[in-house]
This record gives sequence, C-alpha cells and structure tokens, in this order.
Amino acid sequence: MRELKSGPGRILVFVYGVFAVAATGRSLVQLGVDAGRAPLAYGLSLFAAVIYLVATTCLLLGGRRAWTVAVVACAIELIGVLTIGTLSYVDTELFPDKTVWSHFGQGYGFLPLVLPFLGLAWLWSTRPGVERSGAEPGS
Amino acid sequence: MTDWLTVSVIALAAIAAVVAVVLLIKDEPAQDRTFVLLGVVEVAVLVQLVYGIVALTQTDRDILPALFVGYLVGNLLVLPIGAFWSLAERTRAGTAVLLLAALTVIALQLRLGTIWDGSGA
Repeated sequence: MRELKSGPGRILVFVYGVFAVAATGRSLVQLGVDAGRAPLAYGLSLFAAVIYLVATTCLLLGGRRAWTVAVVACAIELIGVLTIGTLSYVDTELFPDKTVWSHFGQGYGFLPLVLPFLGLAWLWSTRPGVERSGAEPGS
Repeated sequence: MTDWLTVSVIALAAIAAVVAVVLLIKDEPAQDRTFVLLGVVEVAVLVQLVYGIVALTQTDRDILPALFVGYLVGNLLVLPIGAFWSLAERTRAGTAVLLLAALTVIALQLRLGTIWDGSGA
C-alpha cells in the first residue's frame, strides 16, 4: 500500500492541514465571542474542524486503519458540505452567520466542495490491495 | 493596517507562486534561490505581524484582537511549514505544496484586509 502522505497525498495533507487550522480557529473565535448568535452554524464550524483534523491526521499516519477512518471522514465531509451548502441557500434563517460549509464553501473559494472529492479520489487510488508502480515493497 | 504593506506581501507571494508554477511546468525541484525568495516573503510577513499588532493597539476600530492576531500569526506559519513539508519530497508534489503555501498567504492577506475593515469573523 502506497504511503498516504506521499505524492498527491503530500499536497492533500497540506490543504487539509490549512483547513483544519482555519476551521478550528474560526469556530473557536465564533463560539468564544457570541455562541448564542448562531449556535447551529458555529457548532457546524467546530464539527467541520474536527473532520478536517481527523482527515489530516489519518493521511499523515497512513496504514490500513487510518485509510478506513480517512474514507469515513471524507465521506462525512462530502455529505456535510452538500447538505449545509444546500440548506444555506434554501433556509437562510437557519444560518444567520456563515460556516466553512455554507454556500458550498463560497468564502473559501469553493475548496471545501472540491476537497472531499480529491480526498476520496486519492484514497481510492491508494486502497489496500492495490500496488502501484513506485511503491516500496512491503510498505 | 497599511495598504502598501499588504500590497507588498501579496506581490511578493504572487512572484513566489509564479516561480512555483514555472518549476511545476518544467518539472524541476525547488532550488536554493526559490527558498531565498520565500524567505523574502516571510520577512515581509514578519514585518506585517509586528506592524499589525502595533496598529491594533492604536486603533479604535471594532476588531477582535484574537481573530486579527490569529490571522497574523497563521500568516507567519504558512510558509515555513509549507517549505518544511515540501522539502521532504523534492518532486512536483513538493513544489505544488510551495505554490499552495504562497496562495494561502495571498488568501490570508485578503482576509486580514476584510477583518481590518471591520467585517468580523
């Protein structure tokens, strides 16, 4: 099994890392300043932060178990950004303030929408049992 | 916050991004002079951190100090972490990380600008 953090994985780790820090910082500031203003949005920001942190960590760790957890994290991320993205357009009252995932990640150049697809694609190409050229034997 | 400082950081980071794109196209690993260029961007970002904190203590704008300083510090960490992370793999992937680090600095500059202008978190 190819190392999760090498090649395209290295790029993904960096982007996921940036989003993990960004989402954590944002949610903590939002919750710390005025948690009551938009509890759902701020709670979701924190949830997104945790998902990004899990995905970053799993990509860094590598191995079968981390791979599985990373797939789950990316799947939740995809469902999250699609659900929150749709809801934020349909029911604007539900989101008085923005989250990482509202409007499909518009405030972040729509990267939150693209990222889970890239993550899942990378995990698919590194799925257990698939040997790729350039992979070290036994790694 | 002054515009010239923000413009300088954005311009320097943009040059670094262009250099990274050229390296990506030519499929060459980042060289010493690439890292010197990133170092120059980092110095500008460091100046901005100091300048930003001083400006924050002297302004009566309605800005969350934690948010603003958080962005300034994050801004300072992006390039060293990106450079360190890319050095472990001196391939196109490593160079792509440098490109993304430079683009992240630009994105953070834009966010810092909006925060300074007073549209909160």
